[in-house]
Amino acid sequence: MTIPLSRRLAVPLATVAVVSLALTACGGGTTKSSSSGDTGAPAASTATKADPNAPLKEGLKIAYLPKQLNNPYTDVEVGGGKVAVGELKGEYKLVGPNDASASSQVSYINTLIQQQQDVIVVAANDPNAVCPSLNQARKAGIKVVSFDSDASKDCRDAFINQATTQGIGESLVKMASELAGGSGEIAVLSATPNATNQNSWIQVMKTELAKPANAKLKLVKIAYGNDDDQKSFTEAQGLLQSYPNLKVIISPTTVGIAAASRYVSASSYKGKVAITGLGLPNQMRQYVKDGTVKKFALWNPADIGYLAAYAGAALKSGQITGAEGEKFKAGKLGEYTVGAAGEIVLGPPTEFTAANIDKFNF
Amino acid sequence: MSTDRLGRFANWNVAIIAVTVVVLIVAAATVDNFGTAQNFGFLILDLLPIALVALPMTLVIVTGEIDLSVASTLGLSSAVMGYLWNQNQPIETIIPLCLLLGAVLGAINGFFVTVLGLPSLAVTIGTLALYRGLAFVVLGDGAVADFPALYTDWVTGNIGGTSIPNVLIIIVVLAAVFGVVLHATPVGRAVFAIGTSEQAARFAGVRPGRLKFWLYVVSGLVSGLAGVLWTLRYSSARADNGAGLELAVVAAVLLGGVSIFGGKGALPGVIAGVVLLASLQNALRLSDVSNEALNVVTGVLLIVSVLAPNLANAVRSSLQRRRHRPEPL
Repeated sequence: MTIPLSRRLAVPLATVAVVSLALTACGGGTTKSSSSGDTGAPAASTATKADPNAPLKEGLKIAYLPKQLNNPYTDVEVGGGKVAVGELKGEYKLVGPNDASASSQVSYINTLIQQQQDVIVVAANDPNAVCPSLNQARKAGIKVVSFDSDASKDCRDAFINQATTQGIGESLVKMASELAGGSGEIAVLSATPNATNQNSWIQVMKTELAKPANAKLKLVKIAYGNDDDQKSFTEAQGLLQSYPNLKVIISPTTVGIAAASRYVSASSYKGKVAITGLGLPNQMRQYVKDGTVKKFALWNPADIGYLAAYAGAALKSGQITGAEGEKFKAGKLGEYTVGAAGEIVLGPPTEFTAANIDKFNF
Repeated sequence: MSTDRLGRFANWNVAIIAVTVVVLIVAAATVDNFGTAQNFGFLILDLLPIALVALPMTLVIVTGEIDLSVASTLGLSSAVMGYLWNQNQPIETIIPLCLLLGAVLGAINGFFVTVLGLPSLAVTIGTLALYRGLAFVVLGDGAVADFPALYTDWVTGNIGGTSIPNVLIIIVVLAAVFGVVLHATPVGRAVFAIGTSEQAARFAGVRPGRLKFWLYVVSGLVSGLAGVLWTLRYSSARADNGAGLELAVVAAVLLGGVSIFGGKGALPGVIAGVVLLASLQNALRLSDVSNEALNVVTGVLLIVSVLAPNLANAVRSSLQRRRHRPEPL
């Protein structure tokens, strides 16, 4: 081929380069620092007064939009939601993407707006990407309750927190310390690096580890398995190969802890390296029975979905507005109080061991 | 292109546009909330990236080549946008830089395909992986979210008090430009000529390499633009943005009647293909059809769109053979 490309290309490409350089030089445009903090989103409306004695509305359309469908943990969560919606005599709906991508959730929110749902219960894949459409939903009168992974505060009415971030972080470090015998190398196998809940737990864990009582515990690595079984498995494998002195892997995600346990239970590391974190009893039962896992923790995920439905119904019925201090009844779970920034905490996590695991079936 | 062929492709174009119109009418009549102005707004926002990237893709496929790296170019453009924003660069500089980046990525494809003469399928599968990998190098697994409201609001907003999204302006303008270039200029005729027979085109004075190179540059540029708009629409710059989009784009282009073997196709059909795919997905989702079923529908449509013209072709020529003796070559 005999095209003198270089010469033909030189002129237009150089022009574009010069123009963009000139633009850079001009400066004075909109930058992150000049526009930071200005999200332009409306704050939660607290103009209307809460009426704690308002009757719970029947026939509410309550839709669940988890991070991703076909995830065993999610199935239990929304299962609890389905029970609660039944008790509330409402219409239950479950929709969601097959991939845990931020943008695919947006189309589903838009669909739910079109279908004029009363409540959307959402676990945000990205706290900001879902915001514009969630706010559109709220403008259309839909109450938005986030669960599991919070959406940005500006775009939901309430957030169902499994347990306080502080409580989970502390209990993860406590379990790791007990398993490591108080000293040694530990590692974290998390989900995705931008998972809101994972990152806030890791932050608390770091603070806990910085305390003198935990001075002998050394966090060597935070690995990410993206809540994908294969990737988590390989990451666990990688951790053990890179850190031969590793004593404990903490995986605060059900996919990660199961994958890591599967690897360790079938490898020479069994008995030498402890796995702990947050897992589902049904997924972890065999590893607890075969001794790979001594203890792990979790809240009851079905209760999260259950509480979310009651919170949504209380919001839509006007019993609460999402302001701090408001109280509402959540069926069998009893009374709850809305905390700061619309946060409703389910309760402390439960620790599972060989002694009690058979009492749980989820 | 013989008049017979021209007629046949005009037919496919008319057919796909008619099918799209029928689907829109049926969906509006039978699917609750499909026909609302707000839903059409959402629909247009959803089809924006596919529609944009499908425009240059049409020209590339008509020349008999393909560009599978478009979604990765979109992702890299988005990642770079997030990175530069974190570096406190002004958004007014970042956006042109991302477009330039797209053009350069396209030029790399063009270089391998036209100067080194490598098959475009292989080249762009390679850069599909390479550009996506680079996107993760640039931004990691993180997300950058706090883009200025002025820009994000424009992309998600509507024209004045209507329910017509602002971004429709971009689609309409670019579709008009690409439509005119393909169907009413010497460049467009050269694009068809190359796709029909590169050798013949060269004898006719067309420089296939040069034209293809610039088509790849334009494809990259538009993918870069799609990356910028994607980032602003979701207020989220991520390395995995647009993953898998190349398949939706190729599906829409083929459904729109463009031959995967080059030389045949028309832009109105492609636009109809994009609208058809997007509105089917939207309507099925509103009817609470599962994701799996959605994927099956898309897959079946794609196969039908590749099969149908060939099947029609085969039937027609066998009929002709029966009617006439074979023409001398």
